[in-house]
Amino acid sequence: MKPSRIEACGHWVEKRFPMSKLWNDHMAQYYAPKNFNFWYFFGSLALLILVNQFITGILLTMNYKPDAKLAFDSVEYIMRDVDWGWLVRYMHSTGASAFFIVVYLHMFRGLIYGSFKQPRELIWTFGMLIFVCLMAEAFMGYLLPWGQMSYWGAQVIISLFSAIPVIGDDLSLWIRGDYVISDATLNRFFAFHVIAVPLVLIMLVFLHIVALHEVGSNNPDGIEIKESKDPWGHPVDGIPFHPYYSVKDIVGVAVFMLFFATIIFYMPEMGGYFLEHANFIPADPLKTPEHIAPVWYFTPFYAILRAVPDKFAGVIAMGGSIVVLFLLPWLDRSPVKSIRYRGGIFKKAIVLFVISFLVLGYLGTQPATYGAVIAARIFTAIYFGFFLLMPIYTRWEKTKPVPKSLTMQPTLEERIPAMKATLDEMLIKTSVETSAGQIKTQVKPNTAGIIKVLTRFVKNLKASLE
Amino acid sequence: MKKLITLILLLLLPMSVFASGSVGLQEADIDLSDNASLQRGAKTYVTYCLGCHSAKHIRYKRIALDLGIEDAAVLKDIAPVGAAIYDQMHSAMNGHDANKWFGTTPPDLSLIARSRGADWLYSYLKGFYVDKSKPLGVNNTVFEDVGMPNMLWQLQGLQTAVYKEGEGKEKVIEKLIIEEKGTMSEEEFDKTVNDLVNFLVYVGEPVQLERERIGKYVLFFLLMFLGIAYLLKKEYWKDIH
Repeated sequence: MKPSRIEACGHWVEKRFPMSKLWNDHMAQYYAPKNFNFWYFFGSLALLILVNQFITGILLTMNYKPDAKLAFDSVEYIMRDVDWGWLVRYMHSTGASAFFIVVYLHMFRGLIYGSFKQPRELIWTFGMLIFVCLMAEAFMGYLLPWGQMSYWGAQVIISLFSAIPVIGDDLSLWIRGDYVISDATLNRFFAFHVIAVPLVLIMLVFLHIVALHEVGSNNPDGIEIKESKDPWGHPVDGIPFHPYYSVKDIVGVAVFMLFFATIIFYMPEMGGYFLEHANFIPADPLKTPEHIAPVWYFTPFYAILRAVPDKFAGVIAMGGSIVVLFLLPWLDRSPVKSIRYRGGIFKKAIVLFVISFLVLGYLGTQPATYGAVIAARIFTAIYFGFFLLMPIYTRWEKTKPVPKSLTMQPTLEERIPAMKATLDEMLIKTSVETSAGQIKTQVKPNTAGIIKVLTRFVKNLKASLE
Repeated sequence: MKKLITLILLLLLPMSVFASGSVGLQEADIDLSDNASLQRGAKTYVTYCLGCHSAKHIRYKRIALDLGIEDAAVLKDIAPVGAAIYDQMHSAMNGHDANKWFGTTPPDLSLIARSRGADWLYSYLKGFYVDKSKPLGVNNTVFEDVGMPNMLWQLQGLQTAVYKEGEGKEKVIEKLIIEEKGTMSEEEFDKTVNDLVNFLVYVGEPVQLERERIGKYVLFFLLMFLGIAYLLKKEYWKDIH
């Protein structure tokens, strides 16, 4: 009799709530392109980290004290006296950095495959709003441990608002709630970090996914799979998200967690990048650290800020570097979405953009010496050039013909024999008889082979940029 | 394009030179599984440092548990007289007096190994030398004009600096030599300082060894999980071409 009871319960709910409709619309009958590659893991991973940050964050608030006198000690209390507190705290702090790594890769995917282009402009816009929220969330969360870097980082960033003419000083005073960063600032940042921003964040994630499921996912070929449907109305090149991508994403989750756990258990400070050394010193309003550097995920924007000689202009440039990302769907004039079928000029522009983003990120961690500032100026120009010149160079570019249906690239497993062959080419194997009479194979690097492989690699790289 | 790449490389070149400007530090030999060393370090800490510097984030009980020694032994050999087993390592000196005597409150050292690093601490503790121009009569090679006296001078003896001509007009310290012998030989002293630094690294994050031990099981589990997840994916995907 039991199964029918459960079924009856199911019907009862079904009459009142569209459970199976939601499941079908978004999982079992949501058709996704069948050729998702490596880059498509990062959306689901971002969601995973969001959940991780929520759970570990809630656990942390149970022992954290948002009080300038107690905050630093309460974090150490969590690290030492709370059962598994160290694990929860490291999961949260590593999760913050992992979030940005994953989100940057997710955005890069959108950039190379044209996922921001018509009809997905709103998905990109919601995504960018999520990114801005995430930056606010990370910035305010970083003040909470109340270490030296927390304190002085916040001091530097909030003082930027005072560069705004006329209202600047009053505005930064209003944000801080005091003339310097103080207990009042800590309390309001805590409120924003644990409730206000997460609420907005979760709403935006909801909108991001609703918008995505309305138009459907893009793919590495950048063509619309909905344009060719089978007699039942399903896209020919589509497969149901569940079970195909749900099981595939679990593999991605496992790989991600391997990296995540390695960092948490063996290098939680990540050489001072995930947890800065100076942040193990309690905040001291009277002692300015020699060198104030934001956490790594903000450094590209920080480098842009410092590259501009005038403070207010620097703030505008830093804000502008985010605003141009919002405009991306309207800056790109190419008729083709995916980098696979775009012209060489766009590929070269992307390479330059990635280099400038990475170099700016490095420069942001370094003291602003003369050479560093000059370099930051050049790369800031490249960063903005990539976006602002886009309407011009994307119109010129010679695109390649786009296929009618999805192309399948060799998967990682299918590439293994080729990789093995390349490795063999680079090594010399000789059989040597040891003194004990056994035959051993000695492996030595083959210089000629390595040069050959490298030149081939460079040639291929060059050809792919044409 | 090629010109641009050369330009970028040229610009990056000087930066790597700027990056390596710090003073050379001596290397500390850190081994957190060496309980004897940690115990010696704890004893040295309580004898020579705790007078001014608290380490309030560690409790004597925690030291007993982590180093595998009896509570009574910790109270007798390590903790100062009057401390109880669940006490944190507090200093007897109050901040008001400290301010009067040193012009500042000596910092709590619970996390000093995490902010400064083991090598810095090791070099700092060995870096005191006689400098009559300073109020405390000593200066330090890695922390110039430090407001702390050399607490370990009786053990180490007195060091003086040997100078050489620097690139500019300023003299730079070439090396330190022991002028007046202490109660310990140089080797013994190095070992004592190393034990002390070892203890401070432990105090900075007492869970380190435990974390690395658990990590192995977590990674092993995740590898198994990855294997199963991969096989599941392959099974589901075998008919997708």
